[in-house]
Amino acid sequence: MIEIKDLHKSYKMGSNSLHVLKGINFKVDDGELVAIMGSSGSGKSTLLNILGMLDGADSGEYTLDGVPIKNLSETKAAQYRNKFLGFVFQSFNLINYKSALENVALPLYYQKVPRKERQEKAMQYLDRVGLKPWANHLPSELSGGQKQRVAIARAMAAEPKVLLADEPTGALDSKTSYEVMDLIQKINDDGNTILVVTHEEDIAHMCKRIVHLKDGVIVEDKKIEQVRAEQYV
Amino acid sequence: MFDIERWQEIFDTIRKNKLRTFLTGLSVASGIFILVILLGFGQGMQNGIEHEFKQDASTSVWVWPGITSKEYKGLNPGRRIQLVNENIDKASAMFNETIEYESGRVFVGGISVNYGKEALVYGVQGVSSDFQFIDNASMVEGRFINYQDEVSTGKVAIIGNKIKKDVFNEVESPIGEFIDFSGIPFKVIGVFSEMEDREEEVIYIPITTAQRVFNGGDRINTMSYTLPPVENFDEAVAQSITFKNNLREYLQQAHTIAPDDTGAIGVWSALEEAKRYYGLTNNIKLFFWFVGICTIIAGVVGVSNIMLIVVKERTREIGIRKALGAKPWSIIAMILHESIFVTAISGFTGLIFSMALLELVGPNVEIDYVKNPSVNFNVAFSTVLVLILAGTLAGFVPAWRAAKVQVIESLRDE
Repeated sequence: MIEIKDLHKSYKMGSNSLHVLKGINFKVDDGELVAIMGSSGSGKSTLLNILGMLDGADSGEYTLDGVPIKNLSETKAAQYRNKFLGFVFQSFNLINYKSALENVALPLYYQKVPRKERQEKAMQYLDRVGLKPWANHLPSELSGGQKQRVAIARAMAAEPKVLLADEPTGALDSKTSYEVMDLIQKINDDGNTILVVTHEEDIAHMCKRIVHLKDGVIVEDKKIEQVRAEQYV
Repeated sequence: MFDIERWQEIFDTIRKNKLRTFLTGLSVASGIFILVILLGFGQGMQNGIEHEFKQDASTSVWVWPGITSKEYKGLNPGRRIQLVNENIDKASAMFNETIEYESGRVFVGGISVNYGKEALVYGVQGVSSDFQFIDNASMVEGRFINYQDEVSTGKVAIIGNKIKKDVFNEVESPIGEFIDFSGIPFKVIGVFSEMEDREEEVIYIPITTAQRVFNGGDRINTMSYTLPPVENFDEAVAQSITFKNNLREYLQQAHTIAPDDTGAIGVWSALEEAKRYYGLTNNIKLFFWFVGICTIIAGVVGVSNIMLIVVKERTREIGIRKALGAKPWSIIAMILHESIFVTAISGFTGLIFSMALLELVGPNVEIDYVKNPSVNFNVAFSTVLVLILAGTLAGFVPAWRAAKVQVIESLRDE
């Protein structure tokens, strides 16, 4: 599904150049649930941005579902993002003047799905994260966990090939975190490929594979026994 | 271009951001409002000044004699100049081609005027039939003096509308009534009206009657003319200046006055005077346009400012939209679509309000030199279009910046 070969990325900081990713080789198969771990400054967010086509790599290859991702125009990148990727952020990033339902329907708007169908589909996904009764609430009327579930429903609504989650539990207490992880595990059970960036051990162990990043290189990549979040909920 | 989905997005956004939309709209609407009102008043001033000059025929030239102030050909200064019939006849023969209407005027003094038992204290003037056109008097009832009256020294009188109202309020019509001029009955045959009441407080009688019946001899007090119409304003002004100079020259020769003794023969030309005022109104209009355009520019800058703030405020939202797959062009279109929509609606609102105000208040404005301020609808309409266009251009920069928003930066946690 995802294949990365010798990926380099550096940032210009004034006259200095900061080499963030120093040759990443990395492969994710269909249906995997991968945790990317590392302390801050390890380059994990940069990697996620490149995977999410929000940033370009300096050198190296990136193939997503057999499509080479290179020198994309903004328009093309937007198209690919819409088709291939779903994003979940630490700070939820819901549009605050739109209801939960409208937020979930937004990626479908950019897929040019007609309004009626959009709303039905969005309602389905809201139902899947258990928030159907909150469909017409604004984000400000939802709790943190509910917001993140709306964000997950939104990411899933576009039926992406890969779900990218950047610290999805970073802003949540542990109980709510486990609820969100439970949801992510269930989505993964349905066969979706998911990448989770986190620095929390327990969250990482709820995935099926852990990739350790340190100073811009992968230092460890191991398959693990998945801890089900269900038992903590 | 008509994309119902996007319209729904826009309406959603507007409905949920009422204050922001309202403020944007207000700055645009007030810009248009101020411009239209200013243009209206510019027009109003022009109307007012034109109105002031309509009181007499616009090409009229008036001549009145004075006192010589210079010694000339052995004659002492301080002579009082007296115009006579001969002056009129000779001038008429000399400048025949450039005279449309001509009339001498005799101020009749030292007589008592009575209607029934009531003494009338109005001025009595002898004029010829042409005077109606020179003075721009319009007849309310009956007729003005005609040539026949002049030839037959008819005992007829034309009264002003004010006199009719003040004196003849008990009879149905003053026509056919008799006014007694020092014992001689004059029949009222017409009522005229003027722009101002003051000018209606006059009784006109045939000039020949005034001279013969009231011992006027061949003396006249003033001479007045109108010139034939010509193609354009500048030509008309040139014609009236030439005529004025020729006429003065003739009169100076006829009365042995030094050529540079301007006080002895006064000549006043309405057109020359009008030209100065027209120049003034044009300048005023230009000034109003200038102020108006500055207002519009301020409006456009305001709109683009607000759009910049809007984009800033919506950076995060735009980042989210981009992450969800919004193409740069769709971001630009969204921002522009909203700005055009808001500008157009509020622009036309401002237009409607200001036009309504001018329509309602305009006709009632009664200030000197301001009359019926109004604005050409097409001008106002195109101004709104210009504002929308400028607003679009102004909105484009922020929109373009919005499209360039870096998703990572915009979504970074605060």
